[in-house]
Amino acid sequence: MEVRVPTRPNPHLDIDAYDADADLMALNMGPQHPSTHGVMRIKLFLDGEVIVKAVPYPGYLHRGVEKLCEKLTFVQIIPIVDKHDYVAPMTNEQAIAVAFERTLGIEVPRRARYLRTILAELTRIGSHLLWLGTFTLDIGGTIGGGASVMMYTFREREKILDCFENLTGSRFHYNTHTVGGNRHEIPDGWVDQVKAITALMKIRVPEYEELCTGNEIFNLRTQGVGVVDADLALELGLCGPNLRGSGVDHDLRRDQPFHAYDEIEVNVAVAQGGDCHARYQVRIAELYESIRIIESIIDKIPDGPLSSQRPVKSHLGVKIKTGCHYHSIETPRGELGTYIIGGGDNKSASPYRLKIRPPSLHSMSALPYLLVGHTVSDVVAILGSLDPIMGEVDR
Amino acid sequence: MIEQLSNPWIWGVAYGLPLITVLMTIGAFATWWERRFSARMQNRHGPRWVGPQGLFQVIADGLKMMQKEDIVPREADRPLYRLAPVLPVFLVLATAAVIPFSGYWDEAGRWQAALVVADLDIGVLWVLALAGLMVFPIWMAGWASNNKYTLLAGMRAVAQGVSYEIPLVMVALVPVVATGTMSLSGIIAWQAENGWLVYRLPFIGALSFALFFLASLAEANRIPFDIPEAESELVGGVIVEYIGLQGGMFLMAEYLHTAVAAALATALFLGGSHFWMLPLPLYLGPVVFAIKAGSLFVLIYWIRWSWYRFRADQLMELCWVVFVPASLVLVMLTALQVWYEGLV
Repeated sequence: MEVRVPTRPNPHLDIDAYDADADLMALNMGPQHPSTHGVMRIKLFLDGEVIVKAVPYPGYLHRGVEKLCEKLTFVQIIPIVDKHDYVAPMTNEQAIAVAFERTLGIEVPRRARYLRTILAELTRIGSHLLWLGTFTLDIGGTIGGGASVMMYTFREREKILDCFENLTGSRFHYNTHTVGGNRHEIPDGWVDQVKAITALMKIRVPEYEELCTGNEIFNLRTQGVGVVDADLALELGLCGPNLRGSGVDHDLRRDQPFHAYDEIEVNVAVAQGGDCHARYQVRIAELYESIRIIESIIDKIPDGPLSSQRPVKSHLGVKIKTGCHYHSIETPRGELGTYIIGGGDNKSASPYRLKIRPPSLHSMSALPYLLVGHTVSDVVAILGSLDPIMGEVDR
Repeated sequence: MIEQLSNPWIWGVAYGLPLITVLMTIGAFATWWERRFSARMQNRHGPRWVGPQGLFQVIADGLKMMQKEDIVPREADRPLYRLAPVLPVFLVLATAAVIPFSGYWDEAGRWQAALVVADLDIGVLWVLALAGLMVFPIWMAGWASNNKYTLLAGMRAVAQGVSYEIPLVMVALVPVVATGTMSLSGIIAWQAENGWLVYRLPFIGALSFALFFLASLAEANRIPFDIPEAESELVGGVIVEYIGLQGGMFLMAEYLHTAVAAALATALFLGGSHFWMLPLPLYLGPVVFAIKAGSLFVLIYWIRWSWYRFRADQLMELCWVVFVPASLVLVMLTALQVWYEGLV
C-alpha cells in the first residue's frame, strides 16, 4: 500500500514557537483593503515578503440571515437570500426555491424549469465575467491593464442585467422565483435579447482570452501559483470551478440534476494543475459551455403554466415535514446547499433551523494552505482566483 | 542683453524657469490626457465637464487637493515625511536641465544644440546620478510613514531601483561609447551628423533603445514594473499615508519622470530635435522633440493600460537574468563596432 506523506503547510503553525525572536511582521490585510473582495481580513505573518502563516478572519459582513429565516415562512425567505451571493442573486433564490420544493414535494412545471435553467446559465456568465474582471484587476492593477479587462467584462455583464431587468423589473433583488415555479412571465422580445447576448459573448470571450492568456505576464502570475491538489480540494470541501480546476470531475448540473438539466447535456469543464491558471481555464470553458447550453434550449422553452397547479403564494395550509432536508444546486461558485430542519413548534411553515452551505466559505478555508510560501503579491492573485463573495461567506 | 545671456547663471534663470513651468504644466495636463486616453481604451468617457473637454479637471483636482487637511501620522518621522514628496519633483526637473530641446546647423555644417539649461560635459553622468538618487525619496516616504504597507513598498522600490540602475547605466553607455562624448548635446550632434543611434548601429542601436526604454519604465515605476505602487496589493505603495497635495506631488513627479524618461530616450537614441535634412528653424526644434518624446510617452501609457504587473521576484529575475547580461553584451558589441568602423 502506498503511503503518501503530506507536504502541505501547517495552517495551525504556532507562531510563538516558530518565531521566538519575533522577527516576523504581522500584516493585517483587510478589512479595508482594495483587493480582498469585500470586507475580509487575512492576518499574514511575513518573513520579508514571504508568507509563513495566513489566518483568514471572515465575519465582517455577518447579518444573521439564517436566524432571521427561522422567524419567516418559506414564502418570505426567498426575497432575502438575494443578498447572499451579491454577484449571482438569481441562483441564490433558485437554491432556496429548489430546496423547499423538494422538501415539500412540489412539482415545478417544465416551462419554469427551462426558464430557471436559462436564468442560471445567464447568471453564471455574468458572475464569471465579474470574476474575470476583478481577477485581472488584482493582477494588473486598478490603474492599469487589469482595469481595462474589468471595464470590458462589465460592459457585457450590463447587458445580462438589462435582460434580467426586462424579465423581473429589477436588476438585483429579483424575487422572481417562488416555491413551485416562477413569478414573471417571459416578456415579448426577451428571447431575442438572450440570443443577442449569446451571439455577442461568442465574439467577446475569445477577446478576453487574448487579453489574459495572450499576455505573458498574466501566465507568469498565475501558473504554478496557489496549487490545490485534488485530495486537499476534496478534504476542504471545495466545489465548483475551484474543485474542477484541481482535476476533480464533479458538477451537480450533471451528477445531481436540478431544473431542466436532466434533459440537457452538460459538458463539465475540468482542468488539471489546481493552480490559479487552471481555475481561470475552467471558468473560461464554463463561459463557452453556458453560451452553448443557452443556445441549445432558448428556442425549446415549452408552453404551459409557469407555476405549479397549486401556486404556493401563501404558506397557509403547507407544513414543513419534521426532519432534516438537504438539497443543493450548482451556482457559479459551486455547490450552494440549503439544510432545512422542519417541525418547529412556532409556525409550521417556518423552518426550525435553516443553514446555508455557501461555496465561498469553503474556498476561504483553503487560504491558510495556499498562501504559505507565496509573496504578498500572490495573495491577491490566489484570493481572486478562488472567487469568494463575502456576502455569501458571512451571510 | 543677448551678451548677458551667455552668462550661465542668467541663462539658467532666463531659460530654466520657463522650462520648469512648461514641464510642470505638461506634467499636470498629462493626467488629463491619460484619463481621456484610458477612458477611450476602456469604453468610458473620462473627465468631460470641467472646462472645454474637461481640460480644467486638473485645476479642479489641484484645488480639491489643496483643501485637504494636512495630516502627519503621529508616529511618523516628521522631517523625512515632509521632505519625501518634494524631492522627486526637484530631482526630475534637475534631470531635464541637461537635455537640449532644440538645435540648428551652423555655417560650418555642424549641428549645434540649443535650448539647454546647462550644457554639461558629463550630461549622461548627471542624468544617471540623479536617476540613482530617485530611490531615496521613495524609501524616505516608505520608512517615514511608519506604515507596514509603505515599508514593504519602500523595500520593493529600493530593490527595484538599485537593480534596474545597472542595465540603465550600461545601456546609456552605448551612445557614450559610440559617440565618444558624455555631453548630451554632443551625442545629439553626433546623431544629427551620422544618423540616429537607433538605426546607425544596426540591431545594437534598436536593442539598446528598447532596453533603455524598458529600464526607464522600471525606473519611473510604470506598469508592468510598478510593484512599489501596486495598489491592488500594497493599497497605494509609499503614498498610502500622504494626503492632498503631498500625495499629489508624488503623482506629479511620476508623470514628470515618465516625460523626462521619454525625453532622455529621445535625446540618447532618437537624435533629439534633429529630423534628417529638414532645415528646421530653431523654434521648431522643440516641436520635433516633443513629437518624438510624446510618441514614447503615449507608448508608455498604452502599455500601462493594457498590461499586467510583474511580481516582485519575477521583476528581479528579469533584471538580473535578462537585462543586465544583455546590456553588458550590447556595450561590448558597440565597442567592437566602433573599433571596426573607426567611428570615433
